[in-house]
Amino acid sequence: MTATAAVRTETRLLDRRIGRLLVMGWRFHLKTLSQSSFFILVSVLQPVIFASIAFFMFRVGGREGTLLYAALGAGLMGIWSSVLFGSGGAIQWQRWEGTLELLVTAPAPFILVLLPLSLATSSIGIYSLTATLFWGVVFFGIPLQLAHPWLFALAVPTTVISLGLLGLVLASSFVLYRHANALSNLLEYPIWLITGLLVPVSFLPGWVEPLSWLLAPTWGAKSIQAAALGGDPRFPILMCALLGVVYLLIGSRLLRLFERLARGRATLSLT
Amino acid sequence: MRTPVIEAVDLRRTYRTTTGAFRRRPLDVEAVKGVSFEVGEGELFGLLGPNGAGKTTTIKMLITLLLPTSGTARVLGYDVVTDAARVRERIGYVFGGERGLYERLPALDNLRYFAELYGVRPEIQKQRIGYVLDLVGLTGRERERVEGYSRGMRQRLHVARGLLHDPPVVFLDEPTIGVDPVGARELRATIAALTEQGKTVLLTTHYMFEADSLCDRIGVIANGSIIAMGTPRDLKGVVADRTIVEVEAFGVSDAAMASLRAIPGVASVSVEERDQAQLLCVQSHKGVELTQTILGKLDGVKVGRVAVREPTLEDAYVALVTETP
Repeated sequence: MTATAAVRTETRLLDRRIGRLLVMGWRFHLKTLSQSSFFILVSVLQPVIFASIAFFMFRVGGREGTLLYAALGAGLMGIWSSVLFGSGGAIQWQRWEGTLELLVTAPAPFILVLLPLSLATSSIGIYSLTATLFWGVVFFGIPLQLAHPWLFALAVPTTVISLGLLGLVLASSFVLYRHANALSNLLEYPIWLITGLLVPVSFLPGWVEPLSWLLAPTWGAKSIQAAALGGDPRFPILMCALLGVVYLLIGSRLLRLFERLARGRATLSLT
Repeated sequence: MRTPVIEAVDLRRTYRTTTGAFRRRPLDVEAVKGVSFEVGEGELFGLLGPNGAGKTTTIKMLITLLLPTSGTARVLGYDVVTDAARVRERIGYVFGGERGLYERLPALDNLRYFAELYGVRPEIQKQRIGYVLDLVGLTGRERERVEGYSRGMRQRLHVARGLLHDPPVVFLDEPTIGVDPVGARELRATIAALTEQGKTVLLTTHYMFEADSLCDRIGVIANGSIIAMGTPRDLKGVVADRTIVEVEAFGVSDAAMASLRAIPGVASVSVEERDQAQLLCVQSHKGVELTQTILGKLDGVKVGRVAVREPTLEDAYVALVTETP
């Protein structure tokens, strides 16, 4: 075998290993999270309650046409909550269970260990979106007519992956700080508000809008709403994907830094 | 000395914490104070010490989980700070207790996941998982959820996980803690088999008989420093010139303990709680008959069995830990 062929084989094996780590890790964490009936119940119930409140408010306000908008918004709120509590809670839970230390000492790069976990938590959020859409169709008679079904099918996974990558950035801080999951509570409502998940960002003060552009839920919401209700979802999908790449780069840098700091400060375990 | 596989040179680790409820002040706690030792290829080396002695902190520095405050450590020639990735590829780590497993999933899922993380090639994963399950006696139970496992089964699963990638160096941190006697004996047999396969093992424990029966050499650690090192036989030599009087008693007061210590010829006194009773161990120099004097000092204390016996490794350990300033 020539040197070039050997390098090519080595690269192929490495790519295969990265692919397997991501897929197997995602499946494993999805399975673990799905075993928590509390987590699933919260992922389904909370957005359904929010969606119901929004449905009644919009109906009383005589804005029937925006009911699907409310259903999608509530579903996206659920994905965000799932990412926030999933990424933060999962790291804290792994610390409690004593598995965080094992994940850190594993020879696999830590980013490839944590990324599938973040993606699994955002994937669990699909339960939320499905639940609110189902709730709207069955109990409120909202017709589920998608303006661009194919782009909707592209917008949802792009949003889920991008939010998962944002979760990776958050999770990296949860590795370093033992009590960082308290941050989850602070970040839930403001993000719902400033990313236009229930109320359009244009209703809010002008300075909020540029801030919302940096957050994937904004573009995720725009892309899913445009794909479902009409409009051009391609630009928001692209922005969502681009932000995902940026989060991945930031997350991997932070993770490397925070992992080393956590080893210095001894925050990987409880004791 | 065989080729050193694990080398620790003047390892130190200080934890920074805070004290005070309202006005918090930083407080430095020195957990490991300049530990140095070497473990040769294929050797089973034990770190023996009481709770809080610095055993786990030392092991965590060696497995790259903690950065040393100062000093250096190498595993198979790789520095644990600057070559952490290479160290991680070559070591297995098993700790005692119920934590460290994904409880809601079956053992098989746990092992498959860690096989992936440890870089076990997909084509040999099935065979390797089957091998480690067989090694720890969990074959046939692998599809059950871990939450239904007994403590001993969990511990064996820990060992299986740590050996998945066939590491040449294995770190075992109190692996038999809380395991029932039969389970612990089986685990010890598994640990003994590791060195037969040529693996280098660093074991921490505070069970003397475990260290005595398993370890080629032992380092006794107390208050963050190694206070003695040698083969179990060398360490027993520390108390070879002593006789042990063992008294089963009920309600030994601190005052009685102090009066026992004051008896001329007594080297050390220790007491171990055993359910309702206490087991009093008085070490004295050989040739000095102190049984009656000891019983005389226990006036008013209900006394059960009394025995005079030869010293064990445990007595050596007690002498080292209590008599080292």
